[in-house]
Amino acid sequence: MSEKLLEVKNLKTSFRIKDDYYAAVDDVSLSVNKNEVLAIVGESGCGKSALAFSIMGLHNRAKIEGNILFKDQDIANLSISNLNKLRGKNMGMIFQDPLTALNPLMEIGDQIGEALLLHNKDLSKTKRKEKVIDLLNKVGIPRPEHVYEQFPHELSGGMRQRVVIATAIANEPELLIADEPTTALDVTIQSQILDLIKELKDDMDAGIILITHDLGVVAEMADRVAVMYAGQIVEIADVHTLFEKPLHPYTRSLFNSVPNTAQAKSKLHVIQGIVPSLQNLPREGCRFSARIPWIDASAHEEHPELHEVSSGHFVRCTCYKHFDFPEGSSKEEQHHGIS
Amino acid sequence: MIDMWKFTLRRILIMIPQIILLSILIFILAKMMPGDALTGMIDPNVSPERLEELREKLGWNDPWHIQYADWVGGLVQGDFGQSFRFKMPVTELIGERIVNSFWLSVATLIFTYLIAIPLGILSGRYNDSLLDQTITGYTYLGFATPLFIFALVMLWVFGFMLGWFPTSGSVSPGSEPGTFAYVMSKINHLILPAIAMALIATVNTVQYLRSEIIDTKQKDFILTARAKGASESRVYNRHILRNSLLPIAAFFGYEITFLIGGTIFVETIYNYPGMGLLFFESITLRDYSVVTAVVLLFGVAAILGALLSDIILSLVDPRIRIK
Repeated sequence: MSEKLLEVKNLKTSFRIKDDYYAAVDDVSLSVNKNEVLAIVGESGCGKSALAFSIMGLHNRAKIEGNILFKDQDIANLSISNLNKLRGKNMGMIFQDPLTALNPLMEIGDQIGEALLLHNKDLSKTKRKEKVIDLLNKVGIPRPEHVYEQFPHELSGGMRQRVVIATAIANEPELLIADEPTTALDVTIQSQILDLIKELKDDMDAGIILITHDLGVVAEMADRVAVMYAGQIVEIADVHTLFEKPLHPYTRSLFNSVPNTAQAKSKLHVIQGIVPSLQNLPREGCRFSARIPWIDASAHEEHPELHEVSSGHFVRCTCYKHFDFPEGSSKEEQHHGIS
Repeated sequence: MIDMWKFTLRRILIMIPQIILLSILIFILAKMMPGDALTGMIDPNVSPERLEELREKLGWNDPWHIQYADWVGGLVQGDFGQSFRFKMPVTELIGERIVNSFWLSVATLIFTYLIAIPLGILSGRYNDSLLDQTITGYTYLGFATPLFIFALVMLWVFGFMLGWFPTSGSVSPGSEPGTFAYVMSKINHLILPAIAMALIATVNTVQYLRSEIIDTKQKDFILTARAKGASESRVYNRHILRNSLLPIAAFFGYEITFLIGGTIFVETIYNYPGMGLLFFESITLRDYSVVTAVVLLFGVAAILGALLSDIILSLVDPRIRIK
């Protein structure tokens, strides 16, 4: 077993709406090792980003309970000044939308250089510029000396995402959180960016949390996968196990919702309903039960727990044992092997 | 930097048609007003024939484009015509008053931003706190208070009741120009009208800055800055403030127009010999050559204000410099 880099224990992140706190992330436990990619998958609004922001301490008005152990130091509720010693140095984050993630009024070089400056005050200006040019080269930006002096609006989306990545890896962080890094990019650029992240991971021996809703990305990148639904992890397993033997009804529905070209004529599976909003989350019982109403209520646990079905493969609630797709909907007989 | 100069030059060239259009509009409006300097307070014993003769002699019966050409021909040589009331060239009449109004406007602008920037920053940074609510309360009061009432109240309290400031004029009588006492006296006469105007003018800017800061605070690149490990003060000074000042710079041109409107009230109330007071007096006395000259200068000031805010904007925002 490789070294544990990050361990999240029973994390609960709640936001205040009027006079009540509502948990966007509820009882999440997971861990990331060095040189490992943990993918977090789920629909929009399931708490993936809220989880990432909790780890980076980027929520400013949230209540955070539980522990976030980064190299055995609890960083949940750490003061901002202490957090700032870690952020950008030991932990880096890549954001979803490269079009808005860069300051429109600052030169590219200054934006990347800021990450260096903040954690190494002694670095001279010329050294810093050299290092930034190196970083631009590393993330595959052509003519780095020229780009150094450009502004974000002069670069394409893919180039901007490379700049965001260069900023995140400037100080060779041990943990890199990528929050849907390719969602805003077109397909050809997507694979380039993913290859880049993979390369950098091997270079720096970093642990990566990759947040995505794209199962193709998961198959390509991840070592382990956590599936989130309504703020909770419903299934977690290594990538092979999950793709070959998904158990939780939500995971199976997700796989079933991916269009399959081999069966072009079959109707695409749709998961009934929507992710409940923060205020309407069911507080007890199986949170997914409302979206599989044809499954008998007795199949669900009263207080759904994570059950270890095989080594390292956890599933929440007992309903998976009784789950099947309703008649008439396309069956999930297709093989979900990893290509 | 070359882009910068190109932009400025192009922007200045655009001003030329603006000013020409402005002068035509003002001239036509002035001509359309009923009556002229020979109607009204003229000796009733002067015969209509004599008046008509005078009009003919002054060229007032020519077609409008010839009169306009005459007028513009004079303008480019610095000749705004004669004031009927003061019996002196308008240029001479405006000379000292424009300097007075200029300094009053500069002082007002300084006070406006001295008040607006700290209040806007505090209000935006700590939004929805008690401090923010207090500041916002002040801005609502400012919006609701007419300038001419507020200026009167200030004059009454600080000029007459407390006697801290002079209540009229732009300098104490008998001061020798060029001496230190003269400059101090000028400044002393400026402060009260400038503060009165600034306290009302600033509320727009406070509100703008507040909402811009609240808006910018939630932008993604602020998260990027925090994720780099930037301290809160750095996040505010380096990333939020500069981005939030953009609309303030854009607002600057409008601020100038407000100032022009404001000086008319404030100079009248404080009996401060500037362009606003001159404008007010000339209108009541139908001294049209003065009115058209003053309105033209006001218009040019507004156009220059817009030019200035565009140049400031292009200095801070690289996106504007590029075509």
